[in-house]
Amino acid sequence: MAIFDWLTSLAPRLHRAFIEGGRWKLYLQGLGVTLEMTVAALIFGVILGLMVAVVRTAHDQQRPGRRNPLLGFFNGLCGLYTTVIRGTPMMVQLLIWSFVIFKTSRNKVLVGIIGLGINSGAYVAEIIRGGLMSVDAGQSEAGRSLGLGYFDTMRFIVIPQAFKNILPSLGNEFITLFKDTSLVQAIGAAELTYYAFTIGGRTFDYMPPLIGIALMYLAVVIIFTWLQARLERRLRQSDRR
Amino acid sequence: MIDVRNLSKAFGDHVVLDGIDQHISPGEKVVVIGPSGSGKSTFLRCLNLLETPTGGTITFQGQEITGPRVDIDRIRQQMGMVFQHFNLFPNMTIRRNITLAPVRTGLMKHAEADEAALSLLRRVGLEEKAEAYPNQLSGGQKQRVAIVRALAMRPKVMLFDEPTSALDPEMVGEVLEVMKDLAHEGMTMVVVTHEMGFAREVGSRVVFMDGGVIVEEDEPSALFAHPKSERLRSFLAKVL
Repeated sequence: MAIFDWLTSLAPRLHRAFIEGGRWKLYLQGLGVTLEMTVAALIFGVILGLMVAVVRTAHDQQRPGRRNPLLGFFNGLCGLYTTVIRGTPMMVQLLIWSFVIFKTSRNKVLVGIIGLGINSGAYVAEIIRGGLMSVDAGQSEAGRSLGLGYFDTMRFIVIPQAFKNILPSLGNEFITLFKDTSLVQAIGAAELTYYAFTIGGRTFDYMPPLIGIALMYLAVVIIFTWLQARLERRLRQSDRR
Repeated sequence: MIDVRNLSKAFGDHVVLDGIDQHISPGEKVVVIGPSGSGKSTFLRCLNLLETPTGGTITFQGQEITGPRVDIDRIRQQMGMVFQHFNLFPNMTIRRNITLAPVRTGLMKHAEADEAALSLLRRVGLEEKAEAYPNQLSGGQKQRVAIVRALAMRPKVMLFDEPTSALDPEMVGEVLEVMKDLAHEGMTMVVVTHEMGFAREVGSRVVFMDGGVIVEEDEPSALFAHPKSERLRSFLAKVL
């Protein structure tokens, strides 16, 4: 009865992984850090992405014959940024941030936030750019024909309409980012995966902590997906007549 | 008021406007007609530089707006434009649609703009819609709001780009009524339209375009009664 033996041994294993020595506190602490990193990196990524998206859209919408060389320079820079970030693995980027650029830093959580945020910014930029382009060209023409400048037109007319369109993609980006924080374990930031891995090493039993955090990640993603669906339903209500 | 000299516009190899000369005097109502693809909308959109001309000059009130270092926003503040698809801002109430530009460009204070918006809405009979959103309005109501929105900037000239083409037939009348009122008040207007009745009744001059050039222009009565060119004759035969 191998299964029976396995099941009876499960209780002490779970006890060792989650209860002994108050280890459950470590998981909660790790989950807290993970969520913190996700939110911080997303804010960082959205700000960065918005700047990149506005530069690229502004560059593409210039009237022919009146190209601004400074804008061209920044557009090139933004193009380089998205190409490099989207063209290299996240893990390699994190290792470079930690072991090459900030090799003397001890605050690995902050290094992780920077790495994740800069990575996310490249994807968010494309999401926002798509959102800006999804707004009918007639909208910005109407704004400009009234004598509003480019930035006023973006701020009051185009961006608010784009926001509603990009919300689903931005929610997905949040979920991706939340899961990707587990990679930061590799550079030694004390987040959820890091604690599970450490506990697994200390108890010589990896199964309970790793399955345990998998369920925790899953639970958070399910909760967040539900919240996102509710928010979208609310936003869509304003479209009804 | 507006002086157009040898205006041309090409998208790549495709020539849309080929040497247009026009002079529009204050108070004139110029109606531009012609088959689709004749360049009439592009001509109108060049007047406030929504399209950048590839050649020629446009002078507005003595200032060459096609030249370098022109503050195009300042020019556009004096030229109202009404679009075929209304282009109201769906994320704002009707009142805010109207007040946004006057307030942001510094033309009016908030309270003043609110007052102006209400009195303009009263004029087109839509006062009670001030707090509604564009999606709650019919096409004809939307277009009347769009006209009012442009008027709120107190423009010197109004440009209309097929303002009734996207409307259900029973709503065309209410929009044309507003435009006629505006014409009687002495507004300078350039109207691209397929409404020949409007051209005849309101136009001080009708311009017939085809193939990117002005084929014929005259007072409406003369132009409609005695078309000189074969192209205008066949066009009128199809639309009248």
